[in-house]
Amino acid sequence: MIPLGVWDMPIQYYIYLCLTLFSIGIIGVLTRRNAIIVFMCVELMLNAVNLLLVAFSKMHHGAAIARLPGSTAGIEGQLFVFFIMVVAAAEVSVGLAIIVMMYRNTHSVDINFLNRLKN
Amino acid sequence: MGTTEILFFFLSALAIFSAIMVLVSKNPVHSVLWLIAVFFAISGHYILLNAQFLAIVNLIVYAGAIMVLFLFVIMLMNLNAETEPQKHVWMTMAGVISGGCFLMVFVSLVRQATDMNGKTALMIGGNIGLIKNLGKVLFTEYVVPFEITSVLFLSAMVGAVVIGKK
Repeated sequence: MIPLGVWDMPIQYYIYLCLTLFSIGIIGVLTRRNAIIVFMCVELMLNAVNLLLVAFSKMHHGAAIARLPGSTAGIEGQLFVFFIMVVAAAEVSVGLAIIVMMYRNTHSVDINFLNRLKN
Repeated sequence: MGTTEILFFFLSALAIFSAIMVLVSKNPVHSVLWLIAVFFAISGHYILLNAQFLAIVNLIVYAGAIMVLFLFVIMLMNLNAETEPQKHVWMTMAGVISGGCFLMVFVSLVRQATDMNGKTALMIGGNIGLIKNLGKVLFTEYVVPFEITSVLFLSAMVGAVVIGKK
């Protein structure tokens, strides 16, 4: 049994790390015009959220097993990460199909070509 | 400073550096490779948090399957640094500033949140990340959402084929 309190990491570190990764993803979505890079930045943001969910799940689990050893509190966070990964995989397959479609029609992956949806 | 802290800071620095390189590299293939480095760093974080199942799923699904799909699409389109669409420097500045404002607002919010003080994430201990425990919960309490995801995958597959065939 590993003694509690020795291996802990302040939750703020994880929040700062995930915020930084998420902001980098936002900056990428806002600044790049290549549709594939924009899509990759969305993946980066999803991964930042996943990491934060796992960190919070371990935070709740650590608090729970200090009170009641053998508790499985916090396991839902990790299950939700699993479901987010599933949804992301489905999203990537459809999104890349749309990008390939767009490239076939316009011979470019510049997202500014998509502003024809405006009219 | 123990081994855990050193590993944490090393993986964090690797993740942030690779994420920045995803943005600044001109060649889309390099961006994909840097994004794979980010996913490896995040998988390292999962292992540090003793979420072994998610670590391996992250590697197989994200770094394995999804990134290969990205690479295939980039190679099919023959994209390289020359075909990269250029953008106004002012638009780039505006994007960086708005992203920085987002980061600043949230960092100050977390710094002032008093109920986060003293909260810690359990690093090595805890066994909720093991496949046995996750599988028990997944196939008892969450079995209906799990089955619904299969329908989601089927619809995504059909949608991708329909969109791609046109």
